[in-house]
Amino acid sequence: MALVGPSGAGKTSVLRVVAGLTRPPRGRVALGDEVWLDTARGVELPPERRRAGLVFQEYALFPHLSVHANVAYGAARRPVGALLERFRISHLADAHPRDLSGGERQRVALARALARRPEVLLLDEPLSALDAHTKAEVRGELAELLRELELPALLVTHDYEDAAALAGEVGVLVEGRLRQLAPPAELVARPRDGFVASFTGANLLRGRAQRGDGELTAIRLESGERLWSADEAEGEVGVVVYPWEVSVARTHAGQADSALNVLRGEIASVVELANRVRVRVGPVTAEVTASSAQRLELARGGVAYATFKATGTRLVPLS
Amino acid sequence: MAIFARVSPGRLVGQLSNPLVTDALVLSLKTSAIAQAIVLLVGTPAAYVLATRRFAGRSLAIVLVELPLALPPAVAGIGLIAAFGRLGLLGGTLSSLGVQLGLTQTAVILAVAFVAGPFYLRGAIAAFEAVDQDLVAASRTLGAGRGRTFFRVVLPLARSGLAAGEALAFARGLGEFGATIMFAGSLQGVTQTLPLAIYAEFDLNFTAALAMSALLVVVSAALLVTLRLTLQWQPSRPTSRFRFALSR
Repeated sequence: MALVGPSGAGKTSVLRVVAGLTRPPRGRVALGDEVWLDTARGVELPPERRRAGLVFQEYALFPHLSVHANVAYGAARRPVGALLERFRISHLADAHPRDLSGGERQRVALARALARRPEVLLLDEPLSALDAHTKAEVRGELAELLRELELPALLVTHDYEDAAALAGEVGVLVEGRLRQLAPPAELVARPRDGFVASFTGANLLRGRAQRGDGELTAIRLESGERLWSADEAEGEVGVVVYPWEVSVARTHAGQADSALNVLRGEIASVVELANRVRVRVGPVTAEVTASSAQRLELARGGVAYATFKATGTRLVPLS
Repeated sequence: MAIFARVSPGRLVGQLSNPLVTDALVLSLKTSAIAQAIVLLVGTPAAYVLATRRFAGRSLAIVLVELPLALPPAVAGIGLIAAFGRLGLLGGTLSSLGVQLGLTQTAVILAVAFVAGPFYLRGAIAAFEAVDQDLVAASRTLGAGRGRTFFRVVLPLARSGLAAGEALAFARGLGEFGATIMFAGSLQGVTQTLPLAIYAEFDLNFTAALAMSALLVVVSAALLVTLRLTLQWQPSRPTSRFRFALSR
């Protein structure tokens, strides 16, 4: 499970409370039948009795100990050779943390946390200390590890894509409150509010909804344009549409197009991501294939039409 | 250097058989060793608490700890007499327990610890504050209690700062003069440390005073170097490799 949210949302605090490093004014932490913290009953186990493997954001490896000694620290004299092997750090056993790369440090931190045989794994921003190149690789490895471990894992990150790649369930945390907890696909299909939607990468437009004639809701945007949605709503709403639901055209096809919603705008940016291209047209971001971007000769400064279907348009409360 | 220019090595060594000199040297080393042991044993946990806990009165406690640094030694001596002397604050309690502090070795030790301790405490507080609290937290989540965390993580990481503080405290303690002469007096073989003996011989036997000064320079330098080397010693890479080779 992952918790995502902007900085200051309280993500790290949740991990510290679970690990026993921070005492909340009120609360309860339990693993199965084992109660770790219950302020109402005055129960509070110290961190060393909680069997929670915490991987710190900056890894917090002991600088005065070798890799081997770091991993063996919590292993209670059990041999750690197999763990070093598994994390491909055997050859670094005698090295000190200062000599390791970011990816290696993370593997040592993970091995050290697992050497304790924890019953829950806690990961604080596991990818934020890595450079972009290492990050993609480590994310894949970490996802694989979390699948293999058969250990409940709670990770926090400010990056929704990391959370969706690593966790089966994602909770969106804002200002200490859990806004929505659901599998990533569910968050995208049915975001509970505008914040959740924009945090998961959707376009969010503000407008006023009015029940139209027929089955569609009409929304008048603040900028004056009218959009249509298959969702029902009235009053102030957020219009949510994901970049991959938006098509881009250089001319407006008019009634010949099944997509009801058309926004005309200047192309503000064109960003290539692997085989796709993200194009910002007026107020919305569209995701198109690299080949169609080339065919349409999309470039900054040009004028384009962003079109999307009424059925691909969610209406949500704004906050 | 001027000290060494004034006295020939032969006369310096010759003075080593002077009972006044040997008494003072032995006393200085003995009282310093005991006083520094007390400073380390009491000062280390106190510094750790002051460095890591936030409590009401913490700033006041730090000021009180550092106050002797700013005090003239004579004031420290008066303070000790006022506290532990025969007519002092705790004097009555002590004498009813049959303890008489004035003019004893215990008084010398107390004076040295009181004057030198703050130098160690200051360095130790700074050294403990510099230890990354995430490392302490990591140790706890890895199953180590407070004590084990202190000895395996905090102490090794603070070691060089502690060594620097202790080196200063040691130097200050070995040269202690004012508080000792006021609180403990200057009795040969009982409370007369090297600095006191130098002062006493200054008028009577200048050669002996010179020899003892030279001796103090040599002893201080030797002890400081040893202390730094001992406390800052860290297992080198080859050593740790050897240890792991055994455990595999």
